[in-house]
Order: sequence, then structure tokens, then C-alpha cells
Amino acid sequence: MRPRKVPLVTENSQAYTFSRRAFVLGALQGGVAALVAGRMAYISIAENERYKLLSEENRVQMVLVPPRRGWIVDRHGHPIAINRSDYRVDLIPDQLKEPDRIVGQLARLLQLPLEEVERIRKELEQAAGYQPVAVAENLPFEKYAAVTLRLPEMPGVAPLRGFSRFYPEGAAVGHLVGYVGTANKEDFEAANKDPLLITPGFKIGKEGLEKVMEPRLRGKPGAKRLEVTARGKLIRELSTLSDAGGGTLPLTIDAGLQAYAARRLGNESGSVVVMDCVTGDILTMASMPAYDPNSFSDGIGQSEWKMLSADERKPLLNKTLNSLYPPGSTLKPMASLALLGAGISPKAIVGCGGGYRLGNRTFKCLGRHGPMDMHRAIAKSCNTYFYSMAHKVGYDVIAETARKLGLGEKYELPVVSQSFGTVPDSAWKLKKYDQKWTQSDTLNAVIGQGYVLVNPLQLAVMSARLASGRNVEPRLIGKGAPGAAFDIPAEHFEIVRAGMWEVVNGNGTAGRSKLPLPGIEMGGKTGTAQVRRIAGSQRGQSGEWKYRDHGLFVCFAPTANPRYAAAVVIDHGMGGSRAAAPVAKDVLTYLFDKPKAMEALFELEKGWGGTIAERMERQAQQWAASQGARKGAEQASAAKNGSSRT
Amino acid sequence: MNSNSLVPNQVAKLPWRLIFSVLAIGTFGGMCLYSAAGGSLMPWALPHFVRFFGLFGIAVGMSYIRPETYRDLSWPAYGGVILLLIVTLIIGTVGGGAKSWLELGFIRIQPSELMKPVSVLLLAGFYGSLPAGELRKFSAIWPPLAILVIPVALIILQPDLGTTLLLLFAAITVMFLAGLPLWYFIGGAGLVAAAIPIAYNVFMLPHQQKRVLIFLTPEEDPLGAGYHITQSKIAIGSGGLFGKGFLNGTQSHLHYLPEQHTDFIFPAMAEEWGLAGGLFLIACFALMFHWGMSVAQEAKGRFNRLTAAGMTMTIFFYFAINLLMVMGLAPVVGIPLPLFSYGGSAMLTVMICLGILMSIDRDTRRNRRR
Repeated sequence: MRPRKVPLVTENSQAYTFSRRAFVLGALQGGVAALVAGRMAYISIAENERYKLLSEENRVQMVLVPPRRGWIVDRHGHPIAINRSDYRVDLIPDQLKEPDRIVGQLARLLQLPLEEVERIRKELEQAAGYQPVAVAENLPFEKYAAVTLRLPEMPGVAPLRGFSRFYPEGAAVGHLVGYVGTANKEDFEAANKDPLLITPGFKIGKEGLEKVMEPRLRGKPGAKRLEVTARGKLIRELSTLSDAGGGTLPLTIDAGLQAYAARRLGNESGSVVVMDCVTGDILTMASMPAYDPNSFSDGIGQSEWKMLSADERKPLLNKTLNSLYPPGSTLKPMASLALLGAGISPKAIVGCGGGYRLGNRTFKCLGRHGPMDMHRAIAKSCNTYFYSMAHKVGYDVIAETARKLGLGEKYELPVVSQSFGTVPDSAWKLKKYDQKWTQSDTLNAVIGQGYVLVNPLQLAVMSARLASGRNVEPRLIGKGAPGAAFDIPAEHFEIVRAGMWEVVNGNGTAGRSKLPLPGIEMGGKTGTAQVRRIAGSQRGQSGEWKYRDHGLFVCFAPTANPRYAAAVVIDHGMGGSRAAAPVAKDVLTYLFDKPKAMEALFELEKGWGGTIAERMERQAQQWAASQGARKGAEQASAAKNGSSRT
Repeated sequence: MNSNSLVPNQVAKLPWRLIFSVLAIGTFGGMCLYSAAGGSLMPWALPHFVRFFGLFGIAVGMSYIRPETYRDLSWPAYGGVILLLIVTLIIGTVGGGAKSWLELGFIRIQPSELMKPVSVLLLAGFYGSLPAGELRKFSAIWPPLAILVIPVALIILQPDLGTTLLLLFAAITVMFLAGLPLWYFIGGAGLVAAAIPIAYNVFMLPHQQKRVLIFLTPEEDPLGAGYHITQSKIAIGSGGLFGKGFLNGTQSHLHYLPEQHTDFIFPAMAEEWGLAGGLFLIACFALMFHWGMSVAQEAKGRFNRLTAAGMTMTIFFYFAINLLMVMGLAPVVGIPLPLFSYGGSAMLTVMICLGILMSIDRDTRRNRRR
């Protein structure tokens, strides 16, 4: 007998086994059914909210509609920065089936440069969903139409009409309004990755007022909720929230005057600031040469940027705010006011023998003026008079008045930056150089040389405050009350203004720049500022441009009842009366008699070779040609080297 | 059964529990196909209904044939299906990554599907005639393995892993119910468990490895290959208690849900009908399985018992794997939801199973009356 290790299987036991095992399988079925039912209940009840959201995210794509940017207008409502409708082409990544073929075809149709094609490829790689990628903007209608015609064979391409920024005055308002541009990575991150910033066609302010006033100009974006399929096909628009355009920004600027001043500067590098000397409204803040904000807003090309930054006349610098000059003799009316305040009699006489002796050093005057009182000293710009008087009262008194009149001050203005310069005094010098203030510092400072540095806007504010006797604050936007009168005797201002009247209308330094208008007279003061120390006989009147003296002029009009004040600075213009005063004359003439001023300008522009735009165009071509020639020469020499090597 | 004199005897004898659940599932499926096509009878709902009612009629007709006939027909059927599988490998068309379809001019069929009921019949026939004392011997093992090895090899060559697994599951179920020693199954399961890491690292191709990984962590790659599972769960989850309403499913209508008419029809249904629709459908299937297992328990004779249970389990495996898959509890394998999804071969297979089940049910009652 073999041992029975295994139990015998019989028909009955097998049937029993079957029932038992079938029961196990039935339980398995029930278990699985319960499991899937439970799992489904969990997904559809406990996680319902989450999956509902995900399902909506699938179904609905939000597309931002960029808001129309607010206009910038001048004091009379004339446009300075507006929006022009333009044609643009975008790509919708979700709908794009063959990106390579379509980008290639677009590049051919729109004649896109290689670097643009590269950018589009890169952006497409990073793009996801329904957020479009910009292909080209500001397209001429023919190119736009060429794309529209071929639309059926190019799924994913979206041509549409959008808006672009337009500055009718072009370069004339460049530095004032700045420009707009596509947000870069830093902008995007600074804005907490606001998707609006990367919406094609959306621009943010990059410079000037466009940048500072961004919150007011931007507006609120609209949005479209689109229902789309998994393949990106648009089913319908669910809802549209229309955008709210940005607010219009009225400036105190007079657009006509601003353009006139910019044009009148001609080929010079310089700036013109005109203010209402009662209210402080800035009517003009022109700095030339300047960039054309229109071409910046389209995205400036590398070559254009190179040309602008290589220019020694600094078209990228807003000279009205960020260029500092020694003000030269333009400070003399201010110094006179300080002298009067310090008790100097306007009748007091100083004899000018061509200079002033301090110790063993002689401080030169520009002439031998003979006996000078205050009135004639201003008119003739006699250094000897001011040397002598400043020596008497000390510079700290004058510095106080300088600051009262707005020099060395940073104003409350919506601008990106201001260089506020220096009004030196003994405390300042001690702090800065750890040196005592000397008499020669006083003498240098009183004629606007030495440590004194100002910007053209400050000069305009100074002359506005002198002209009105009021503490006016310069203003670019909004309206306000006239400035409060200074607690300085009115006759002091009268004396100074009389001296300035004499400069232009009497026996003074700017006699040639009388206003050509009957009954309206201008008061002013010329200034000539040395760029470097006088070397030998050379007085900054000849030689290399960048070492020539600056020409400055501050003025106001009409003298009978001052309303406007202005400052003109011509970089390396060699002299205030020669370079700056004539510009001021024409600009102020424009305020009273436009046709007459325009006539003078047309005459001048003929000599310069056309309007700003025409000259800038020519300059760009010359630059391109010279770059091309340089490249050609490099290639030629490279080829030559190559051949000599072989 | 025949106590109700108002109903004719012939009608009362029909298995109404089953008929109700089958009709409910098939009709509900047709409605979902109508919705999945964006509210259109074409291309899916109408063929589904035609096939469903036609095949169900055939299944009812099959119930009038005695179970022994099926047993006798199983060997010729086996040979026929093997032949079809070979032809499929030669001239078959590719669908879902596998060469599993046979184009017969007017109809496309998947011969591997037909192998499931055939092997259940063969194995049940084998164990039904095996003397009880032989069960623990080697002779109780090798013939079924020999029967299975040829079709399994042919289906793996397609390669259709899902169908292979379902076929093996059905066969193992029959062997389990036949009374083979329990340690065969426990040991086998242990071996498979041990072999999985080896198979994963040595035999699986990268795309298969990826599928397993995606199954384990679908959220890692929602836009890539985990898309199916994620979208399926979104559809089920966003349906909530009562769904978004008939024809209102966005996941399916906007094509976020893949394969919404075949393997992923359950989430498409759940999106529109919610948990309520899902529980109703699961209940219908549970009713069907319960009926099938009761038929097996009550059946006389080992062949009948094993066949009934094997057929029920065959249908059950479709259901289980499909639902576990769409809910993210099993990897994505191409298994439809029987009677509910669009597709003729699976429906044909399930209807054959049901026809034979009804035949056994009828046979049991006939014997009981005697």
C-alpha cells in the first residue's frame, strides 16, 4: 500500500469544490463591482470640484484682449501720442499643425528677416495653448492681404487688425513722451507674470511719460472665453468682456510750440524749455537730436540703436533733464537778486578794468566795461562787478537765493529721471571735499562756473520765478493755482528784470535777438559756459566741437507783464548771444505770431536741408552706407588676407 | 415558474433577469454612442443597435440548442478559429497597434475574441469528461495547456497583450473551478509576482515599460501618455452625481476624451449621466453576473457547470478590466466594455457566451422538470 498523502477526489467532492470555488468567484465579482462603484463615487463626489474645474480648463480657453492705450494730448487737446489701427499676423500654437512649413511660408510672404524667424520658432517652442505668438505687426495692407488669401492652407495663422502707437510729431516729442515697446522678461516678472504683458500686440511704456504714466494709460484688458476642442478647433465664443481703454492724458505741453522748438534747434545739439511763468505749466521741453519714438515703438533695429548710441550729440539723452551744464552768466540776474537781498544798492558802482584782483590772482572780465552799476552789469554781463560784489556778501547768501529760484532742485514731475546738479556753498564743499570754501570759489560760482551745475529745466524755472516773482512749480500734467509770491520786495525783481530788458532791448549782449513784434519785448540773459579750463589763448571759441563753449540763454516775455519764461541751451554753441538767444527769440515769437515764426523757420530749414524727419532719414542712410562700406572694407581685407595666406 | 397563468409558458420560461440587464446595457450604450457622435445615429449608434438586436436575437436562438451540441462543435470551432488567427497574421489589418483584425469584405472581425468562448468550451469539455480521480495527475494539466499554447502564441504574435490575458484568465478560471489543487494557483500567482520585475526589466520594450509607469503615476505626464487616464478621470469626476445631462458632455464632444466610443465609453457616459448612470450600469452588469453564476451553480453535470461559470467570467473580465482602467486602477489596455462599447467582435463574443449560458439554463430547467 502506498501512503495516501493526497485526499481522494470523487465526483461529489468535486461538485462541492466547484460550488465553493464558484462562490469565491462570485464574491470576487461582487468585490470588483463594489470597488469600481466606490471608486467612481469617490471620483465623482469627493473629487468632483477638482475635476469640474479641470474639465472647464479643458473646454474654455481665455484669450486676453489688450486694452487700447490712452492718448496723450497737449494743452489744447492736440494729439501727441495716439493709436493707429494696424495689420498684424499671429500664430495660434494649438491650431498649428505643421509649424515648420507654415513659419517658412509666412517668412516668404512677409519677407521676414532671419532673426525674426528664429524668434518666432523659439517662442512657438515655449508657447502652449491658445495664447498667440506674434509673427509681425504694422504690416502694409498688401502683405496682410497676401496672408489672408492663403489662410485656408495655413491653419493656425491668425491675421487681425490691432493698434499701434503713433506719435504725429515724431522725434520732436521723443524725449518728452518716451516710447512703448513689447514687455521683456524683467517687465514680465516684475508684473507677477501678468499674462497681459505677453499678449501679442500689447505694449508697455518704456521711457518718458509713457513709462511713468503707465498705470493711467494702460487701461484694463478685455477677455474672450472661447470653447475649443482638444484639437484647438474653435467651437464658439462663450462670452466677451470688452476692454476698458486707458485714460487720456492731457499735458501742459503746447504740441505746436514743442514741435517748433525742436525744429528750430536745427542741427544743433541742445534743448529748449518754455514755461508759463505764472502757473508753472511746462509748454515745451524739447531736446535734440532725438530718436523717433515711432520707430522705437515698432521695436528698434540693432543698427538704428547702434547709430543713435554712437552719435556724439547724444540723441538718446534727454538733455532738458539729464544734461548738466555750468550755467555761466545766466546766473547773474539771480545773483543780482541775492545782492539786493543782502543790502547792496543797485546804484553802487564797480569800476571794471578788465578783471578783478584777488590776492595775487586776476579774475578776468570779457571786456573793460568802466564804471558799472547793477543794471549795466547785467546788460553787459560784467564779471568784474559780480566778482567784487560777491566777494563782499559771500557766496552762501547767493546760494540760498539760487535754491529759492529752483536751482539744484528735483521737481515733482512725472519723468523717469532728473539730474539735479549742484548749487555749491561752504557746507556743501566741506561735506563733499572736506575743504573750506575759498574766495576764489565764490568768484567762480557767481559767474556760473566752478562747482555750479544745472539742467536746462532748472534754468527755465529760475527765469520763470524771476519773471513772475512767484514760487512756481514746473508741471507737465494737471492744473493748479498760480505760485505764491516770494517774500522778496517786488522792486528787487523789477531791478533785475530791467537789467534783463536791457540785455535784449538796450545796450546789451543779446541786442540782435529782439523780438520782431511790435509792442512785445523780451528780457533775457546770455551765458557762455566753458567746457574745460581755458588753455592759452584758446577760449573755447574754435577747435574741436566737443571742447567748444556751451551757449545758454534764459529769458521771459513780455517784459511789460511777464507770461512766458524760457531757457535755451546749445551744446558747444560757443556763445549764448550767438547760438542760444536767436533760438529763444524765434520760439517766443511763435507764441505771439505763428506765421512770422514759421517763416523764419522755413528759411532756416532750407539751409539745414529739410525737416527733422528728412534729415534723420538722410543721416540713417549715410550711417547705413558707412557701415556697409566698413563691412565691405573688412571683407575685402579679410579676402586679401585669406588669399595672401594661401 | 409556471405558476403565473396569465403569461404563456414559453414566454415565462425566458430568463427575464438576464434579458432585462442585457437590453438595458445595450440600449444605454446605444444612447451614449448617439451622444458621442454629437447627437447623431451615425457613425456609431445605428450600427450598434442593429448589431445588438441582431446578435441578441441569435443568442436567444442559441438557447434552444442543447449544451452538448456546443461541446461537440467546440473542436471544429477551435480549428476554424486557429485558421482565422493564422490568416489574420498573414493578411490582417492593424488596429490599435496590433495586427488583430481580419477584413472579410462585408465585415471586420477579431478572431482572437472568438477564441475566448471556444477555449472555455474546450476546457470545460476536457474537465467534464476527466475522471475525478485523475484531477491531481499531470494528465489533468498538459492537455489544456496544449490546447491553449497555439492560440496564445498566435495572439501574442499580433501582438495583443490584452486579449491574451483575458483568454488566459478565462482558461485559468475554468481550471480553478474544475478542482485542480489550490496550490497550483497560489504557486502560479507567486511565480508571476516574482517574474513581474524580471519581465519588466528584461522582456518589456520601452513603450510597454512606459505604460506601466504611467499607470502608476498618470499625473506626472498629463499631456503626454498619461493623457488617457487623466482625461477619463476628468470626465467621470466632472459628471458628479447626476452628470451634465444627455448630449452635454464636453470632455467627449470636444474630443478631450480619447477612444470615447470604444474603450473609454464609460467615462463619456459618466460625464453625462453622473454617478447615478454609472451605478445603474454597474448594477446591470452585476445582475448579469449573478444570473450567470446562479446558472452555473444550478447546472447539472460538470461540463455545464464549468461552461456556465467560464462564460460568465469571460464577460466579467471585460467589465472588470475596462472599468478598472478608466478609473485609473489598471493600466491602459485596449479592452472594451461589452455590449456597451461600439464594436462587433466583442459583442459577438459576449452574445455567444450569453447564448450558451441561456442554453445551459434552459437545459437545467428541462432536467428539473423531468
